[in-house]
Amino acid sequence: MKWLNFPAWLPENVSTFGEGVDNLFVLIYWITSIVFLAVMAVLIFFIIKYRFQEGRKAEYIEGSTTLEIVWTAATTVIVFGLAMLSLPQWNNIKLPSQFPGNPGAVVQVNGKQFNWDMTYPGPDGEWGTDDDLQLENQLHVPVNEVVHIRLTADDVIHSFFVPQLRLKQDALPGRFINMWFEATKPGTYEIPCAELCGFGHSGMLGYLTVHTEEDYTAWVNERWGE
Amino acid sequence: MNDHAHESHDHHHEESFVSKYIFSLDHKMIGKQFLIFGLIMFMVGGGLALLFRWQLAWPDRPLPIIGVSKAYQEEGEVTTAADRKWEERFDDDKETWLEVNMPSGVIDPNFYNSLFTMHATIMVFFVVVPLLVGAFGNFLIPLMIGTRDMAFPVLNMLSFWFNMLGAVIMMAGFFVPGGHAAAGWTGYAPLSSVVDLSGVDWGQNLWCISLIIMGISSLMGSINYITTIINMRAPGMTWFRLPLAIWSLFIVAILLLLAFPVVASALALILFDRMAGTSFFLAEGGGDALLWQHLFWFFAHPEVYILILPGMGMASEMLPVFARKPIFGYKSMVFAMIAIAFLSWIVWGHHMFQSGMNPVLGASFMTTTMLIAVPSAIKTFNWLGTLYGASIRFTVPMLNTLAFVSMFVIGGLSGIYMANSPVDIFIHDTYYIVAHIHYVVFGGSVFAIFGGVFYWFPKMFGRHMNATLGKIHFWLSFLAFNGVFFPMHILGVGGHMRRIANPMQYEFLQHMQPINVFITVCAFILGATQILLLVNVFWSIFRGKVAEQNPWQATTLEWHAPTPVPHGNFGAIPQVYHGPYEYSVPGADKDWTPQTESNGEELHGEPVPAGASAD
Repeated sequence: MKWLNFPAWLPENVSTFGEGVDNLFVLIYWITSIVFLAVMAVLIFFIIKYRFQEGRKAEYIEGSTTLEIVWTAATTVIVFGLAMLSLPQWNNIKLPSQFPGNPGAVVQVNGKQFNWDMTYPGPDGEWGTDDDLQLENQLHVPVNEVVHIRLTADDVIHSFFVPQLRLKQDALPGRFINMWFEATKPGTYEIPCAELCGFGHSGMLGYLTVHTEEDYTAWVNERWGE
Repeated sequence: MNDHAHESHDHHHEESFVSKYIFSLDHKMIGKQFLIFGLIMFMVGGGLALLFRWQLAWPDRPLPIIGVSKAYQEEGEVTTAADRKWEERFDDDKETWLEVNMPSGVIDPNFYNSLFTMHATIMVFFVVVPLLVGAFGNFLIPLMIGTRDMAFPVLNMLSFWFNMLGAVIMMAGFFVPGGHAAAGWTGYAPLSSVVDLSGVDWGQNLWCISLIIMGISSLMGSINYITTIINMRAPGMTWFRLPLAIWSLFIVAILLLLAFPVVASALALILFDRMAGTSFFLAEGGGDALLWQHLFWFFAHPEVYILILPGMGMASEMLPVFARKPIFGYKSMVFAMIAIAFLSWIVWGHHMFQSGMNPVLGASFMTTTMLIAVPSAIKTFNWLGTLYGASIRFTVPMLNTLAFVSMFVIGGLSGIYMANSPVDIFIHDTYYIVAHIHYVVFGGSVFAIFGGVFYWFPKMFGRHMNATLGKIHFWLSFLAFNGVFFPMHILGVGGHMRRIANPMQYEFLQHMQPINVFITVCAFILGATQILLLVNVFWSIFRGKVAEQNPWQATTLEWHAPTPVPHGNFGAIPQVYHGPYEYSVPGADKDWTPQTESNGEELHGEPVPAGASAD
């Protein structure tokens, strides 16, 4: 039944690190589903078996130290295991010191009420020079190449969210936050703002276009010539 | 406690209406005031939710009733009290309140933001805390520990009236120019701290002022609870003979005492930023937007446990009574609550994984957060253990308690997804978190409140609530609740952001719009069902079946007090001989052994006089 199968509802994944996120999601889905079903099965079984019946008295049981130790230890092991498994994924996605190098594109993304400004540094690789290219709500990147993003905001906090990339990062006024992704499939994806940013929050929307290698080269040449 | 002095005190004079029902110093009356206040605010908060659920299911379609009323369609205005108030403020401006907030009957985006902001603010600060901590805390603490009143009755009265003052200020915010606070209940700066960025002016100021006043109210209450529980327990009521509800309220009082000053100072900083030109949260002025989030969540994570711990305590009271069994693992239940309270101070960063906080911190916050699963699991398994070998009575309080346990399991398990920082990257700020918080606070705390109201009603008002109506209310609430909040998990997994007014603006969300419609239909059923609760409560106060002293055959001290409970609670202060959950003791003539009954032999050693209980 699709309603109970959470992973089936995930949007298509198009980033290299997205698979790791999805695998963790599926793992937690299975752990929590099994725990939930087990607890509910026991609960319902007890409710039926130990319902009030004439002539039967409840048993006087104050507890069991063994059981307390067992379920404390079991839960601790599971959650620590999960944390250890998750850590490399987190570091891979968010820790700047572990970002892969040689980006195929570097873009500054600037959130402002209620648009995303994308600034390409141009051939000189530096922002604030004449060859900069600023686009509103349009982010163009090559497929299968690392993209580095420098994220900031003009006014309030926004949040850069591309569901298909499994990437979300708040943009803070006065700070530059670095992030990266590598898209694996050409296409156009929405970039909603995921942090309440005022009355225009709903509908603050940019578009990420992932180009094939040739398309991207053509797109770059069109802007900066060769 | 000097019994003789108190007996003369009991009959000192006839109280006037004002001193008995309004500025009452009696903990029981103050508890009832909080109860009525909380139930009414519950309807207000729920009503706001229904408004924005309409918008989410049928974006930009005129609201029913308001949107299609004939007078409004023809003349473009409907005169209500709110309209008149609005017009008085702006004689030069002819726009009515409805036209500003719902032009053509459609919810305006800024009003939409105010609606969900105020829904959460009201439900957290004016419903769940007043009900759990205010109503049940006040009513139960002196009765369950066996004393005559709170340590500081005047402070207790002031706590309620500060709470009322806060509520009046908060509600006034709807009628000021610029509309009410619209930055979410989390009030993230700089949206909340700069007028020009949100367009909200006095609404946000009143929001801050009201919450500071609510904080003062909570502080007065918590000081009272802590003092009373430490000093005024009946002779023999040792710490490990305290009912778990009292343990939970004691722990919550400590959390409130330590957490509220933090958010009060943060709110004061917002006010300075808004009104005095400072820039604590503004990067241009050397401030930092993240500062607010750290201060807020350092308060608000303990606050989340303030919302659930008393529910756990109350469920742990009702479960043994209707299972006719001792609670399974009493001490581990106490230590689990203490562990939850302790952990609540070191997990706030999990709200900020994607905030731009140093990602290295994500690792430590993920680990501490996941650790909360351990005490939560201990509690769940102990509740299950309590049912093992029981003799379960399916009364209304028990049904609600069983719902509490199972819904808390869902809420707890869904928390693991968000505690896991890589998965949180995707589901952060989506409907997944909305589902999670509602499974914990509605599925958890509110069902415990439903059960608790029914369970303690006979002691509060001397009459029973109607059981048939109670069962109908329970089943409809339970089904509609799951109909509303379970599909939100799916929306969240699909990437549906929270706090957006119109999901149809996003291509990747459009295929899930039928789910939004389904949720809204269930939400209207859930809302309508709560009218049954209100009817049952108010009808039963005056017309309910008269209750005897101990209708549930429970062991704790509040059932030892006469019904209705007189001023001063007990004739003579009871002597406590054993723990709170002595049900079905082998060899006893009946299946409950009240805490006051020595049972011939001393089952658990000599009664221990609690030091300060003799004044």
